[in-house]
Amino acid sequence: MQSLDTAFSALADPTRRAILARLALGETTINELAEPFKLTQPAISRHIKVLESAGLIVRRIEGTRRPCRLAPAGITEIDQWLGVLRDALAANYDRLDKVLATMKPQRRKDKR
Amino acid sequence: MSKMTLKTEGDRHVVVTRRFAASPELVYRAHTEPALIQKWLLGPTGWTMPVCINEARPGGKIRYEWTDGKGGGFYVTGEYVELVPFRKIVHVERMHLPAPTPDNQIETTFEKDGTGTLMTMRMTLPDSEARATMLATGMEHGMEASYVRLETLI
Repeated sequence: MQSLDTAFSALADPTRRAILARLALGETTINELAEPFKLTQPAISRHIKVLESAGLIVRRIEGTRRPCRLAPAGITEIDQWLGVLRDALAANYDRLDKVLATMKPQRRKDKR
Repeated sequence: MSKMTLKTEGDRHVVVTRRFAASPELVYRAHTEPALIQKWLLGPTGWTMPVCINEARPGGKIRYEWTDGKGGGFYVTGEYVELVPFRKIVHVERMHLPAPTPDNQIETTFEKDGTGTLMTMRMTLPDSEARATMLATGMEHGMEASYVRLETLI
């Protein structure tokens, strides 16, 4: 539950969503990310840290480079959770379908 | 269920859409008449809504209380902001767990869609944190629904 809270907070920032969109295309380094976003490297690093601690991305060490990529588990967790919420709401609306099927348009005589 | 969509929009919104095979008038009434609301706005299987106060007029109060019949439950309070009969409802609501959650302003529209209705519910939370909390809280109850269903299968 805590990790979902962190994940949704991490997703609340438009730059971080754009970073995730970029990472969806493949692994990349902070230097490569900083350029299109016109942000300084420290600024990008801060966003990357938030995404990393939220479990949405992972980084590996490759010599002096530390490329980052999407963490499938974190992304799947958010997807699954939105799916659970959808199911709960959908159950309400399936019941509403049945209620509507029993209703008739209100007639004048019903009104005072 | 492909008829319903739920997605986040920007930093503070959640948007839900659903189509119904009934006129906007009937769908609107099912959202504002307590006797009807108590039949469907129930969440997990086995839950009921013994208290349903719904004063469908600007400034009117909303209070829904749910129980699982085993001592568990929670309630929602709210106020109506605007009502356009059979077309639009704007209200504010918060959950009490028992501490109140941040206010959620909800605009619900009912549009004629062929012989049925397209309902669009647009929720606006004060900030991204509040939306995160709202979504995470909804999950607990959604999860509960799944567990209850699971119990019936075992």
